[in-house]
Amino acid sequence: MNPTRLLTMGPVDLAIVIIYFAIVLAIGFYLKKYARTGEDFFMAGREMTAWVAGLSFISANLGSLEMMGYAAATYQYGMLVAHAYWIAAIPAILFLSIVMLPFYYICKTHSVPGYLKLRFGEATRGLSGISFAVMTILMSGINMYSMAVVMKVILGWDINFSIWVSSLTVALYVMAGGLLSAIFNEVLQFFLIWLGCLLIPILGLIETGGWSGLVARIQQNFPGQDYIHLWRNVGSFTDNPMGIHWTGIVLGWGLAISFGYWTTDFLVVQRVMAAKSLRAAQNGTIAGAFFKMMVPLIVIVPGLLALAVLPFPLVGESEAIASGGHSYNEALPLMLARYCGPGLLGLGVTALIAGFMSGMAGNVSAFATVWTYDIYRPFIRKRASDAHYVSMGRWCSLLGVFVSIGTAYLVMQFSSIIVYAQVIFIIFIVPLFGTVIFGMLWKRTSPAGAFWGLLAGILSALGLFLWVKYDPSALKYIAFSEHAKDMSENIYRAAWSLLVTVVVTVVVTWFTKPREEKELEGLVYGLTRIPSHEHYPLLQRPIFWAGVVGVLFIAVNVIFW
Amino acid sequence: MSERGHLVSIWFFIGALLAVYGVLILGAGIYNFFSPAEGVVLGRLHAGIWWGAILLLLGGFYTWRFFPGRP
Repeated sequence: MNPTRLLTMGPVDLAIVIIYFAIVLAIGFYLKKYARTGEDFFMAGREMTAWVAGLSFISANLGSLEMMGYAAATYQYGMLVAHAYWIAAIPAILFLSIVMLPFYYICKTHSVPGYLKLRFGEATRGLSGISFAVMTILMSGINMYSMAVVMKVILGWDINFSIWVSSLTVALYVMAGGLLSAIFNEVLQFFLIWLGCLLIPILGLIETGGWSGLVARIQQNFPGQDYIHLWRNVGSFTDNPMGIHWTGIVLGWGLAISFGYWTTDFLVVQRVMAAKSLRAAQNGTIAGAFFKMMVPLIVIVPGLLALAVLPFPLVGESEAIASGGHSYNEALPLMLARYCGPGLLGLGVTALIAGFMSGMAGNVSAFATVWTYDIYRPFIRKRASDAHYVSMGRWCSLLGVFVSIGTAYLVMQFSSIIVYAQVIFIIFIVPLFGTVIFGMLWKRTSPAGAFWGLLAGILSALGLFLWVKYDPSALKYIAFSEHAKDMSENIYRAAWSLLVTVVVTVVVTWFTKPREEKELEGLVYGLTRIPSHEHYPLLQRPIFWAGVVGVLFIAVNVIFW
Repeated sequence: MSERGHLVSIWFFIGALLAVYGVLILGAGIYNFFSPAEGVVLGRLHAGIWWGAILLLLGGFYTWRFFPGRP
């Protein structure tokens, strides 16, 4: 055991963790008999209610990397990180619900690459399928490693033990029950994450005397630095801790990264595509947006509390190792240790493990679907029985976990895992958004334009990353400031990558032949009959709830301006 | 998917787990009321007792409401 661990678990805490592992496995094996056909295993039978689909949608996004990473980032950059939950999420989720989901749902595709096959053909599907599979495995490994590091730091658990036990648990329940099992457990994990972490902001705000007391303590601890505003300090690159300008937040974070992730990353989109109807999918997505808007309470507030109440400063990972101090990544566990006694500590640790598992299961089930339907079936074995593809899905869930474990050991070599996670995501997902949105909204977009636009976007994101890596002075061209921090650089690189995708798609489309309109029915705006919800009562219509969430989104931005 | 109609509701699983956690955390909270744990800020508020009670009530309601076979 590590003598420097932050927390010591008692028998009740251990019992809570062990019961959690037992129940997720029990659910997986219970659901195995309900996942016999391909439609059951890969799409959960398309029978999920709006609530189940929506909670699963948001839970798959609440990985341990997300929770620990953004609490740590809040300690570094302050309230600016809340943009990740608001402008970098809510507009995109509402856009997915109202504009894009009808196309995904009506064409009855199994995946986002599957939509690209219908819209542009095999080449674009193959490119997006392979890039998605690679990204999923890399992200899964990073998520796994970050969870193992957390367990080592806060509990003193052996890193190999954490990786293998947690990963094999996920592999077993996804292998048994497929997407249905992943979704069931994600809904369970959603409750555990909230109930395990919610006490931190409640008790923290009691200790600091409410929000105004929290702000006063931060200003007292860090005089002259603005950690508490969303927009007031982003008029200049040098006025905020992140080194970012509002244009980067709006175009890079709010458009490129956000729309790329929430509308085309199959990990999250798959959850709502499993809903029992288009209206359930849309309402579930909007419910997910509401809960996403609330997540700063359990992630951002603990980061701010760390700024306010910790008697020592947190430092970077390498400095923490050298000095024996605490790193930014320990912000959330430190707050957990501060407020949670026996029993509650076990619940909090279970919340972190649940966060890891929900993110991991999201990656594994999405990987299994894309591998089986978008790579194996079209390129390796075209004609086989449904049972064969289900079997392939089960085994590649296990294989995906083993490859992810290998990736986890690989990322141990990198000093800053969250930066690499963002880099990987921007390379593979941001350009995909450009391709999909042009496919849905511009019927003239040609298959050649889509393919070359996607490829150019991927290569440009990779190229820009390598440019700064080998010539740091290039930062002033990419992020418009020599003061830009890692997160700011990533945000601007995403905007550039999306711009390249769009320009190449439009230019190549201009010189190449589009598909016939009759082939695009059900796939493109203007050629698809979108079902009307006007005959439903107002409170059951997606557009009404999208409006409500939109108003709340504007309100939180004004309140924390 | 012929058997899907008999599928036990996800809300039952959630309720059962929360009820069990409620019992454990409430029990630990009561124990710590008489034998306080060291190093916990705001330990005097006995968060374990009221948080455990909330989990137990919430979990108990969901277990009852979505118990398998209940109409």
